[in-house]
Amino acid sequence: MKLRKSEMAAIGSGRGTMDSQNQVQSDTVDRLKLLYPNVNEEETPLPRAWSTKDKFSYIGLSQNNLRVHYKGGTQGPGRRPHLPYLHLRLWMYRHGKTHRDAASVRATHPIPAACGLYYFEVRIVSKGRDGYMGIGLSAHGVNMNRLPGVGRFPPGWDKHSYGYHGDDGHSFCSSGTGQPYGPTFTTGDVIGCGVNLVDNTCFYTKNGHHLGIAFRGLPPNLYPTVGLQTPGEVVDTNFGQQPFVFDIEDMLKELRARTRVAIDEFPLPDEQGQWQQVLHRMVSTYLVHHGYCSTAQAFSRATGQPIDEDIASIKNRQRVSKLVLAGRVGEAVETTRRLWPGLLERDPDLLFLLKCRQFVEMVNGTDCEASEDGANGVATSVISHTGRPHKRSNGVAADAAEEGGGRDVDMAPAANGDHEEADASSQRASVERMLAFGRELYAMSQKLSQDLYHKSMLEDAFSLLAYSNPWDSPVGWQLEPVRREAVCDALNSAILESQGMQWSSPVEACVSHARSLLRRMSRAALGACAFADLSALLAR
Amino acid sequence: MQQFTVFMDIESSRSYIDELYSSDAVKVMEALVTLKNSVIGSNRQKSSVISQGVVPRLLQLMSEESLDPNIRLEATITIGSLAKGTPENIESLIEKGTATALVEMLKTVPLGSKLAEAALCALRSIFSHKPAPVDALPADMRLLTRLTQIAREDSQEARTSVIRVLAVWCSGTVEQEALTCAGACSAAAAMLVVPPRSVPSPSRLVPALELLAAMCFKNPNVAQVALNTRHGDKSIPELLMCLVSRDKPLVVALKAAKCLTFLQRAGALPADDSRIVFGALPCLARLCTKENTEDIRASAAEVLAYLTEVDTSLQRLAAISNHLMSSLADIVNCQSAAAKQGAFKCFASLGANDEDIRKMIIETHGLMVHVVNGLNNPDPCVSLAAVRCLHSLSRSVQQLRTTFQDHAVWKPLMQLLNDSPGPELLNVGSSTLCNLLLEFSPAKEPMLDQGAVEMLCNLTKMSDPALRLNGIWALMNMAFQAEQKVKQRILCCLGTEQMFRLLGDSDTRVIMKMLGLLRNLLSTRQHIDAIMSEYSSQVMQAVIVVLEGSYPAEVKEQALCILGNIGDGEKSKDLIMANEDVLRKLVDYLAHPESKLQEAALFVAGNLVWRGEAGAAARQQRLADLGVLRALKLLRASHHAAHLHDKVKTALAQFNEFT
Repeated sequence: MKLRKSEMAAIGSGRGTMDSQNQVQSDTVDRLKLLYPNVNEEETPLPRAWSTKDKFSYIGLSQNNLRVHYKGGTQGPGRRPHLPYLHLRLWMYRHGKTHRDAASVRATHPIPAACGLYYFEVRIVSKGRDGYMGIGLSAHGVNMNRLPGVGRFPPGWDKHSYGYHGDDGHSFCSSGTGQPYGPTFTTGDVIGCGVNLVDNTCFYTKNGHHLGIAFRGLPPNLYPTVGLQTPGEVVDTNFGQQPFVFDIEDMLKELRARTRVAIDEFPLPDEQGQWQQVLHRMVSTYLVHHGYCSTAQAFSRATGQPIDEDIASIKNRQRVSKLVLAGRVGEAVETTRRLWPGLLERDPDLLFLLKCRQFVEMVNGTDCEASEDGANGVATSVISHTGRPHKRSNGVAADAAEEGGGRDVDMAPAANGDHEEADASSQRASVERMLAFGRELYAMSQKLSQDLYHKSMLEDAFSLLAYSNPWDSPVGWQLEPVRREAVCDALNSAILESQGMQWSSPVEACVSHARSLLRRMSRAALGACAFADLSALLAR
Repeated sequence: MQQFTVFMDIESSRSYIDELYSSDAVKVMEALVTLKNSVIGSNRQKSSVISQGVVPRLLQLMSEESLDPNIRLEATITIGSLAKGTPENIESLIEKGTATALVEMLKTVPLGSKLAEAALCALRSIFSHKPAPVDALPADMRLLTRLTQIAREDSQEARTSVIRVLAVWCSGTVEQEALTCAGACSAAAAMLVVPPRSVPSPSRLVPALELLAAMCFKNPNVAQVALNTRHGDKSIPELLMCLVSRDKPLVVALKAAKCLTFLQRAGALPADDSRIVFGALPCLARLCTKENTEDIRASAAEVLAYLTEVDTSLQRLAAISNHLMSSLADIVNCQSAAAKQGAFKCFASLGANDEDIRKMIIETHGLMVHVVNGLNNPDPCVSLAAVRCLHSLSRSVQQLRTTFQDHAVWKPLMQLLNDSPGPELLNVGSSTLCNLLLEFSPAKEPMLDQGAVEMLCNLTKMSDPALRLNGIWALMNMAFQAEQKVKQRILCCLGTEQMFRLLGDSDTRVIMKMLGLLRNLLSTRQHIDAIMSEYSSQVMQAVIVVLEGSYPAEVKEQALCILGNIGDGEKSKDLIMANEDVLRKLVDYLAHPESKLQEAALFVAGNLVWRGEAGAAARQQRLADLGVLRALKLLRASHHAAHLHDKVKTALAQFNEFT
């Protein structure tokens, strides 16, 4: 179907290839993650199947708990209640004929508010004897195996319970009498149930056609629910693992656009109204913070923004940052010691971080122990000793290319030095220095507080030595130049803090503030958080 | 004070207006700029300048190719500014030939120039006036090709202007075909592309969508071309499909759904095409909901009415889509005539074929009251739409018996039809009347009292065959199992002359219904004799006219059935027996190759020979003499008439003395 294709394409293009790289099993895409990107499943898991516990006993589950069938109470003599004969006849007569036979099942988890728009589809495999089926939502806590007549009815018959029934097409909202809502449904139909967590409304679809809003003012934390009532009724469920019949992407787009308009048109109080000024200030401080010195100067000339920091100080930070980003951590440490004496001594954690990185860069071949060897600029790697000299130079060349492409314009790729082959004795010496450095590093770690973070950092770094080709190893990610950025940021922040300035730039503070607000919204069941796409807003 | 400023304006303007006519180009230029600046944004200044007779000079400055291009440009911009004034301003501009002058100019000005853009802009303003001077733009292929080239390649402003002009201009088949030949489809398609991540702009998309809709409307050829026109990797329907999605501006979605609808109705897309079923239809149903503005809802209902007019599956789908019924019922409550009209039309379309949908419509809360109110609406468009709705609903037998009676819908309907209605209203109204007059309808009696017979008889005299048909059809329905006085009244009112005129009607359906009326009039025995005693010669003559004339078999069958009915009358039998001509024809028809005529003739013969009635023996004798008996025996022996054998046997059994 055409619609499905476009939906797939939209989802596929919206999320970059980075995601699939990070995923362990990149061949099986989790469609649910794509549908509900803002849901943190560690906090609020998505419904992915029917619950084997939260159901009435007349309900049977199969096919990964996605197929629901009505098995009733006649699944064997053991299930029949022990009753006198006449009562038993009455029981059997009633069985499957009255509402008392209705039985429901809830999904494993309630719908997270951060879905924004939640949707699932149920295909009627068989309408069974009478087709008394209900599809909808219900709150947690209704005991589905209560006394007959109270709690085990199809959705829509209990408190905080909402359902659309197949036999009459009515909608039921926590009551015994339904409202005319839509067409009836039967074998072969696909019924969809959508929850708009921004407006707190619920709608249904039949075979991909929107039937209109059924319920308004829904409470939070509802579970997808189906109820069956007569023998032979079987339904299959799609919680989003498969493409939907209905074009849900179209509605998602609408809500995203709506949220964006709401953000754009949000009225601002007058006293905070000087936006041009505020934005210029943010840009300027960002540039200064990260040491984009000449850009910051040009920007300040154009907009008349004052720069609070001494230009020489910015240039110094820029120099140190460049060294770290080029992988020349040893030099960076030395420079820092010279320019800001006492800084690293006061912050052993930072020093440890830098030294760890320095070790990694030594493996990488981009750093040598700066104190002794920095002057002759020979880059060394262990690899040349493990019998694969060419591999090393290849690795470095690739790094240089990546650096050129991935870095900000202001940071010209640092020269990697001449990688001419050093003679064997010098190489051996440098390896020994590296091992000595490692021992020093270990001794240093012993003095620090023994937390998991430091420990695993050191372990990861040392693990590089265990592989003949560390670039291709499971710990090879450490060698990627992009890993230098975090170290660079930490050093930069520490320098700024020591100079009595803010350790993070206002832009970044603003972004992380917004991000944590979104998390709070998600916890407070405000569905609009699903559609505030922070990175898209920033990209504008 | 006021007077003083007016005086000042005229005084100050006079000097530079004089300089417009100067031969010094510099002075003319200065005057033009002053004039342009003075009229921008001021309708009063525009009117004043026009009344001073400057327009012809401006047109001259604009069109003169030998002049400095800057002068021409300033003159054109000034004209464009004047064209943004009041409707009166535009009218006087049109009178002075501005539209023609602009079109002439467009033939020669270089594409992509500022001058072309200014001219198009002015022309667009003039064409947005109603009525637009469409005649100023001839269907000249060279000109149109040039315009569509602008629409494809020029600046954004020029493209939008030219497309808007063409959209207004395209009002008939000739224009549709001409524009298609000139390549307007691909020009429109190019405008429909929304680059990813950009906000779709209605000012760019709407004119292109309007042009496309105007071109495809009821034109299968153009629609087919549009279907196969592609821009980039997408065909026009695919581009439209992108535009009906929920994140697009409502007016864009509405116009895109309209284009898809027109493509479907013009036969380019099947009714079950996914772009109709999952694109246009749900979009329109969504636009009808309460959240939207009244004009969007009104237009959406109107388009949806057109989309669902004929196809039953689309009607069923629309009926369950997004609570359409209650949305429409709510639109009926809106104040504007357009909204009421749209909603009634949509109800009419939805209820056209399916009984269940009619039931849903009727059960929609309070709808019938609105329909009745709609019939009384002073706006003829609304009352017409209400009648259409009523007509659709009147196809339901159940409604005729219950709801219609409860609301006495016939009253306002009769009033509308008696109140010099327009041809369209008369047509739909009389069709509705036809249904209301069916035998089981309780509205029949009161309608008679309101002069229904006279009105219907008048309808049969109309020049429009559809109206004649409705009139005679309604009379036929009315006469079915009616009381004798009603029948007398019909006969009396219609008159024998009109009866014969209708039998000679050019439309066979009218003749059929006329004969049907006669059959219904000549039903039960007492009625037959009573009517025949008065109208025997006319009726017999009518029957003979039909039997002898060159009519199709089903018409002759009706005539024979009338004869059969007459043969059922007690005294009327003799009228047939006395007419040897008719009897000989009867023998011929018994041997007719057309089996339904044989059957009808058999029915006549059977009635005439029926035993146990006075004079049966004599009739049997006479019929046997004329060869009826022989014809019947032949019929019994015939293999082709096997299905008639039972009836033949019954008839022959009456003749037992002769067999």
